[in-house]
Amino acid sequence: MKTEELVALLATGTVAVQRGATTRRMALALSAGGVGSALLMAGLLGVRPTLAQDATLAMFWVKFAFVATLLAGGVAAVLRTSRPGAGLNRLMWALAAPVAAMWLLAAANLATAQPEDRAALMLGQTWQVCAFRIALLSLPSFAAALWAMRSLAPTRLRIAGAAAGLCAGAIGALVYTFHCPELSAPFIGTWYLLGMLIPAAAGALTGPWFLRW
Amino acid sequence: MSTNEERLRGLLARGLDGDEAAYRTFLSELSAFLRAFLRRRLTRIPDEVEDLVQETLLAVHNQRHTYLPDQPVTAWLHAIAKYKLIDFLRRGRARRDQFHDTLDDVPELLAATDGEALEARRDLAKLLETLPSRQSLPILRVKLQGLSVAETAVELGMSESAVKIGVHRGLKALAAKIRSES
Repeated sequence: MKTEELVALLATGTVAVQRGATTRRMALALSAGGVGSALLMAGLLGVRPTLAQDATLAMFWVKFAFVATLLAGGVAAVLRTSRPGAGLNRLMWALAAPVAAMWLLAAANLATAQPEDRAALMLGQTWQVCAFRIALLSLPSFAAALWAMRSLAPTRLRIAGAAAGLCAGAIGALVYTFHCPELSAPFIGTWYLLGMLIPAAAGALTGPWFLRW
Repeated sequence: MSTNEERLRGLLARGLDGDEAAYRTFLSELSAFLRAFLRRRLTRIPDEVEDLVQETLLAVHNQRHTYLPDQPVTAWLHAIAKYKLIDFLRRGRARRDQFHDTLDDVPELLAATDGEALEARRDLAKLLETLPSRQSLPILRVKLQGLSVAETAVELGMSESAVKIGVHRGLKALAAKIRSES
């Protein structure tokens, strides 16, 4: 087949492309993934009974905002890396900002704490399971994000996979806040972040293989 | 350069709205840009250029829904062309030392045209025949013979949406076959 024949073939009978279809598909996939992650949390761990009391504490909302901003950045990163030629530079700053803010808060926390309290601030009661649980809860969202990305056109597959993983990790962390009792900034800045980075790393590793088109 | 950007952007925008003539002109002009872009990078394997031009055109078509109207079309096309070039080189058809130009990020895709098409080595028409008939027949009727979706649906005894899905999935399957054949 000559190239001009291919051009004719592709153009013949072409129909209008729905505007916004890519964003809608990704929104649908991430919502479905979020529901899956939430069900997994409810089934495996359960909502904490004292959640209503915690919600009156400022630190609960700081934690929530930390995860929510990373989720917003992660969604933006997924959408951008799914489209050929979209830049990421400013977005990297938007992703770094909540982490930097949480680390500043953590540093201030640790600096003003009694030396004997510092380990408790850092490790809480659940440091051994936190990151692992967040990564586990992110799995449904991770699969959904990758699936939706496959129908788009990521051209930097490692970065795209990492974005999908980070976004899923943030969803996992967000639903985990309904179970997790930890409210110290050093804990969140370490173990929550690690929990989100595990799926991001998994995405970077599997992206080139899974997202190829 | 910027006029190429504007003209191609206009053609693509109309094509995405369903304007067949504008879309055909867009793909036709794009193939000349792609040919020049790839010929400069595959200097030692000139007879593979046309294959990659065709593969990239198919990729642009299959992924056209990822273009946003306010996005520079040069950046979008350049990213796809570069991705397909790297994928092609990684597939081992050509070794890395066979191209010595840098894959820089300067959007230079729309800098030069080359209208001299060589024969493609891979025949897409033959590859089309290897698709399942629920995909190959709709492509044959709608895309090659120019029948409407409604006419094709009646002739093949399929629903209209099945015809559309057959065309869509068939072209994606064609791209997948190209990827896996080498």
